[in-house]
Amino acid sequence: MIYLDHAATTPMRPGVWDAMAPFAAERFGNSSGLHDFSRRAKNALEEAREQIATLIGASPMEVVFTSGGTESDNLAIKGTVWNGSSRHGVVTIASEHEAILETVHMLDRFGNQVRIIGVDRLGRIELDELLESLDPATAVVSAMVVNNETGVIHDLALIAKAVKDRDPGVLVHTDAVQAFSSEHLDVGRLGVDLMTITGHKFGGPKGAGLLYVRQGTPLEPLIHGGGQELGRRSGTHDVAGAVGLAEAMHQAVADRDRFTREVGAIRDHFADRLSDIDGLVRNTPGEDVSSHHLNVRIPGVSNETLLVRLDRAGVAASAGSACQSGAAEVSHVLESMGLTAAEARESLRFSFGWNSTVEEADEAADTLVDLVGELR
Amino acid sequence: MRGLVAMSGGVDSSVAAALMKDSGHEVVGVTLKLWSGPNGEAPTAGCCTVSDAEDARRVAAQLDIPYYVLDYTDDFKDGVVERFVTDYATGRTPNPCIECNRTVKFDRLLSRLDDFECEVLVTGHHARSLEVDGNWRLLRGRDTAKDQSYVLSMLTQKELARTRFPVGELTKNQVRAVAAGMGLRTALKPESMDICFVGSRDYRGFLREVAPEVFEPGIVVDTEGNVLSDHEGIAEFTIGQRRGLGVAVGEPRFVVDIQPATSTVVIGGLHDLEVFGVTLDQVTWTSGGAIDSEVMAQYRAHGEPVAASLTGSTLDFAEPQRAVAPGQTVAFYDGDVVLGGALIASTLH
Repeated sequence: MIYLDHAATTPMRPGVWDAMAPFAAERFGNSSGLHDFSRRAKNALEEAREQIATLIGASPMEVVFTSGGTESDNLAIKGTVWNGSSRHGVVTIASEHEAILETVHMLDRFGNQVRIIGVDRLGRIELDELLESLDPATAVVSAMVVNNETGVIHDLALIAKAVKDRDPGVLVHTDAVQAFSSEHLDVGRLGVDLMTITGHKFGGPKGAGLLYVRQGTPLEPLIHGGGQELGRRSGTHDVAGAVGLAEAMHQAVADRDRFTREVGAIRDHFADRLSDIDGLVRNTPGEDVSSHHLNVRIPGVSNETLLVRLDRAGVAASAGSACQSGAAEVSHVLESMGLTAAEARESLRFSFGWNSTVEEADEAADTLVDLVGELR
Repeated sequence: MRGLVAMSGGVDSSVAAALMKDSGHEVVGVTLKLWSGPNGEAPTAGCCTVSDAEDARRVAAQLDIPYYVLDYTDDFKDGVVERFVTDYATGRTPNPCIECNRTVKFDRLLSRLDDFECEVLVTGHHARSLEVDGNWRLLRGRDTAKDQSYVLSMLTQKELARTRFPVGELTKNQVRAVAAGMGLRTALKPESMDICFVGSRDYRGFLREVAPEVFEPGIVVDTEGNVLSDHEGIAEFTIGQRRGLGVAVGEPRFVVDIQPATSTVVIGGLHDLEVFGVTLDQVTWTSGGAIDSEVMAQYRAHGEPVAASLTGSTLDFAEPQRAVAPGQTVAFYDGDVVLGGALIASTLH
């Protein structure tokens, strides 16, 4: 079996599970308590927080542990829109993940001002349009670093600066879920106020993520209760998850240069091998694409059929982001780039990860070329 | 042989998949995603809810077969839901489940067999098919109370040759026993009775929501042409309907005719419902060839078959029938053997 769906989720990096395991077993304490069991858990939690903060250029109290990307995105958007200021509008991008888009649709239904900015044929944000859409009601702008379906990279440092120059009162959030493996994510350099990260996209555990919240950013919590995370996210801590998240982040940062170089080379090699397929189109041929995503369109071949056949042949890929049913639906990301629904139904995403090998890429390319030949 | 099993998440298609696998065939399970409401919400009733797909997925996992959800929402909307709306808007009585079989399940899935490297489509219908001298026959299921051959009456040699109905030899109780014996989670699952996209509410509420434009006010008249009241749209009415007529008269009254051109609903007594025959549309023959002869005709899913004679596209009932409506399917039988099927285009009073 060859796994080329790392944008959906990744296998854990070595050592992550081992780092977590004690906190699921003998060191099981509730981190909010006064006895020794709690102290041990609390220590591990805060150590993880410090380690994570260092890795993204933040201070520890700016790291809020959450259950993952979707929760962090929800907290960032709703938490700033509902923070009691007079600003209640949201500006975001048509190619964002559903965790953002469905959140803003909900806010729209409840009467908040929502503006969704388009992208061009290459998936790039129309920055002028974004800046034009800001007004005194805008509370937050949300734009992702790396698109989950196409790998298109947005220059968040540029976007955040442009937004702040236009109106310093607007908060900037970024969903950096797909970016941590390959991109240097320093919150100071990026100039963002809020940043979403989740562990399972780079070899960490599922169900463990964080929201970076710049100090002084007013944020209404979504989950009320015992006041954990300085009241920003209540609920007994998943200490094992936090420890696993920190370990995976540590490894991913240490591995980042190699990852970008080697995984990028494997992806490029795979893409080159696919040039044997007549008419194959790279949906994002531009320079500003992450090292580990590849989104291609194979005219005349249904992506659903191809994915089923690849599955039978032992190659796991996808058509875009996973929906609950697992059905291959038309990608809103590709549609936002101006592809027709028919073109989107011919498009597939291959995504590579920390343990991908060139041999796997070769074998998967052979399989794909053969299958397309059969299906045409 | 490799079979593509259409798994709805019910007990019949679960057992169909299990029986195919047990008899040594390779099996791939699929569930069709057919409908999400106008706001994208998943249906919560009928045969294609999220929890049904989940049941199908779990059964497939238990049988250790590959399983996929296929997105046919566009085909379903265009082929089934819009047809349903149009039928009611034009005074017909649609059967969306048959339309779904015709335009989505059989048509689309059969065309995908090669994609899945399968030779046959397998469904959980209570019907039997068998090959006699190179000719495929469709028969009623062994369990006459659960027989579903009526909804398959539009199938022809082309489809029958590539379709299998493994549960048709079993009674419903036997199907449940097989499922229970294998520990399938769907063994005791109740049958779905609702139309998946309408749910448990009245179909009129659905129409008002998705197609308010089909409600054009009109009048209710008696068989003499006397105007009795007005109404909000012919889509509110079906032939044979007794309740909600908006008229208060002594003896039982029924909708006996719907005239879409003038948005007129005609009501009358029981005898006015009597129909002596029907004209047919989209006639198909399982054998491949037309038959002009005496047949047993069934015009409701679990109705009694009645004697009729068929001449071209006109079917004359031996005895007058009540509550026959344009849009309904009529299936032709010779004993247990399905001869063919058609849609009722108009009724002959």
